[in-house]
Amino acid sequence: MTAPLLDIRDLILGVALGRSVRPLLKGISFQIMPGEAYGLVGESGSGKSLTSLAVMGLLKKPLAVSGGEILFKGKNLLALPQREMRNLRGNRIAMIFQEPMTALNPLSTIGRQIAEMFVLHQGKGWDEAGKLAVEALANVRVPNPDRRARNYPHQMSGGLRQRVMIAMALACNPDLLIADEPTTALDVTVQAEVLRLIKELCSERGTAVLFISHDLGVIASTCQRVGVMYAGCLVEENETQALFADPKHEYTRGLLGALPRLGSRSLHGRQRLVDIDSIIADRSKLTETRFIAPRGTEGRQP
Amino acid sequence: MRLGFNFWLGAALTALVIFAGLLAPWIAPFDPVLDADLMNSELPPDATFWFGTDAQGRDVYSRILYGAQISLTVGIVSQVINSLIGITLGMTAGYWGGWWDDLVNGLTNVMLAIPSLIFALAVMAVLGPGLPSLLIALGLTNWSWTCRIARSSTLSLKSQGYVQAAQTLGYGDLRIMFSQILPNMMGPILVMATLGMGSAVLSEAALSFLGLGIQPPFPSWGSMLTDARQLIQLAPWVAIFPGLAIFLSVLGFNLLGDGLRDSLDPHMRTRNP
Amino acid sequence: MTAPLLQVDNLHVHFPISGGGLLGAGRRTLYAVNGISFELAKGECLSIVGESGCGKSTTALSILGLQAPSEGAIRYRGLPLSGPGAPGRMQRARAVQMVFQDPYASLNPRQSVKTSLAAPLRLHGITAKSEISDRIEVMLANVGLTPEQASRYPHEFSGGQRQRIGIARALILEPEIVVLDEPVSALDVSIRAQIINLLLDLQEKLGLSYLMISHDLSVVEHMSNRVLVMFAGQVVEEGPWQQIFTSPAHPYTRRLIAAIPDPYAAMNRGERPERFTDVALPAGRDFLFEVGTAPDVFAAPAPSELIEIAVDHRVRLALT
Repeated sequence: MTAPLLDIRDLILGVALGRSVRPLLKGISFQIMPGEAYGLVGESGSGKSLTSLAVMGLLKKPLAVSGGEILFKGKNLLALPQREMRNLRGNRIAMIFQEPMTALNPLSTIGRQIAEMFVLHQGKGWDEAGKLAVEALANVRVPNPDRRARNYPHQMSGGLRQRVMIAMALACNPDLLIADEPTTALDVTVQAEVLRLIKELCSERGTAVLFISHDLGVIASTCQRVGVMYAGCLVEENETQALFADPKHEYTRGLLGALPRLGSRSLHGRQRLVDIDSIIADRSKLTETRFIAPRGTEGRQP
Repeated sequence: MRLGFNFWLGAALTALVIFAGLLAPWIAPFDPVLDADLMNSELPPDATFWFGTDAQGRDVYSRILYGAQISLTVGIVSQVINSLIGITLGMTAGYWGGWWDDLVNGLTNVMLAIPSLIFALAVMAVLGPGLPSLLIALGLTNWSWTCRIARSSTLSLKSQGYVQAAQTLGYGDLRIMFSQILPNMMGPILVMATLGMGSAVLSEAALSFLGLGIQPPFPSWGSMLTDARQLIQLAPWVAIFPGLAIFLSVLGFNLLGDGLRDSLDPHMRTRNP
Repeated sequence: MTAPLLQVDNLHVHFPISGGGLLGAGRRTLYAVNGISFELAKGECLSIVGESGCGKSTTALSILGLQAPSEGAIRYRGLPLSGPGAPGRMQRARAVQMVFQDPYASLNPRQSVKTSLAAPLRLHGITAKSEISDRIEVMLANVGLTPEQASRYPHEFSGGQRQRIGIARALILEPEIVVLDEPVSALDVSIRAQIINLLLDLQEKLGLSYLMISHDLSVVEHMSNRVLVMFAGQVVEEGPWQQIFTSPAHPYTRRLIAAIPDPYAAMNRGERPERFTDVALPAGRDFLFEVGTAPDVFAAPAPSELIEIAVDHRVRLALT
């Protein structure tokens, strides 16, 4: 069995309020294999985005990790000096965000912004980096990459901007791409294209993806393995197929039942959606049980 | 409701100024104008004259107490006028837009381009010196920032769901402005007004210094500073105490404004869930 | 024959955009809505679907009276809701109300629940204190809140509860038509089901007619009786929900439905099978535009017409 690319072990993270610490992640553990697409799904406040910020080392005060390890290729990122972490970011671990407009510098052309990645992380000259940037734009299927490279972010649509973000993130062929709600701000048809692009590029290059979303459909169509988060805990983890076919945790069952499902009304007539609170007796007890299916068992639990 | 130390310090300083102004006739040991005695001129602070005496031998302490009346009146009245003008123009301009917005914007820019003291001087020159014209002059000069804040707040609040909801519920424009928009922008306006109170006190001092404000022998902190300028080396207390009074009252107004803004924020009004 | 509850007839909304030049140089016209017509029947839920910029929100704002139409008419029970002879905002308020998308921005943070529900009642001439509090209590019970919660402020509620308050405010004047603007898309997944169930219950209980604006087709399928698909300010397809979801005719509709990521399709380890039944188009007719091209919102759309291809199922084709 291969070693995991990212191995998060019992990560505890909290926000300091005066003298006390309020825990936000209460011991998260999961692994991402090289080339694997792993999905974290959860509602607002479940801690899924905090997990990604912790991996990137972008936590700001008063947020702080108070326990656990984040092993990336066997190295604990939490113990890494700032300088080494900066080298890793954008180079080996890249990230794309929900709102591409705020993540791009409005005062610089997108060609230059992509080229900067090559200059910064690969020591290329600006001329060569510029050519590579046009190539990177072509790779994310931006039409007329030559002309587009000279555009400023505000001259592009949301879908194109997100493609630019992907081009920047994948510029240095990272080992891990973190995608935090990358399509939430986009229209559905654009979302479908961007998701397909991420899937194709990452499987071509063998890039592992940590996909974070509240949308079960997005996660299901992109990831091989899924973790469900609730209130700072990973309550269920399984292969995607197994998770959707046979959810074990009552919270997962509630989430799946609460979704109106495309096509179900034509097949079965209109059925009342499951009110998650009607099947969950006590939300405070939700995190007491966890179902983590072991890997390599095709998702079946003994 | 939890209010910070700054708020209470501001409230205490403001209360001090208010009490000084209101109670001056009873607590002042001397008359600020009539008890002039050249025999006592330029005495340093002692047990009789707590803050010393000025060139005419008047008690500085008593004059500062009476001066608080002027400063308070100037600060409050001029800011009420400023805020009324600024809110009315800014809110209607932001809400209605169009040519009215262009007109108000133009007017605001003209006002901002003229140094406020020069404008106040011009108004005073037309109206003549004295307290009423001082109030009018200061009330007409400093509304442009309030107007800008009111306009930009209105623009952003106008697109909020609850303003649209009020429109669909049949609210008229004026009702929407007063019930939905105004309460939600009072925070920054109040801060502007208290900051403005401070600067109005300073402007009053400046105008009085130039001889256009409060006419001698009546005491205002500004005119007291004017009188003190020749004595600053001989009798520094004549300048120090009015200066200190201006400083502390301006500080008090500002701290009070900050504290008020916090307490007006509905998120501070949480009950037990 | 009685007039339909709501009738939108050839609605156009065009915005003049200043080009930034002096004296109006470079002035252009943005064609937001171009000739929309539809009817809403009593008790039905009609959904308008489409992507951002397709004109669905502008259409809703016109019906609510928040946006003046450039051309066309909107009628409520045969009486014009726009243009000359239109009723005042008070009458319109009792006919059409709206539930907003963002439950955090749609409630005034400085008004308690009670105040925001009582103010419209008072405005519409209900002044007796007992009647006001009775109606508020009934309405809160309808949306699943307790009378004790009436004195609280919006920030003390969760997103789902705020949306319930927004629904209560929309219903307090007892309108017949409620415009739902993406009513659940800003809510957490587990809360959505509760709000959808509530909206369907209220529709049945109070006999409401819904006009829903949405891009979430699974919600649309679940709630609607009829569906309008909009693209570039025009209706490209309309029909009963069964037709739209099982045999969509327009390529744009198909693309829209196929783009929805479906968790259950993923279970089959592959793309969703093409499950649409084919629809025969009238001979010699074709669709108006290439799918996938962005519309030019600054040009008037090419001439086209809606053709009925099945009962109540119409699709937009280029004018031959």
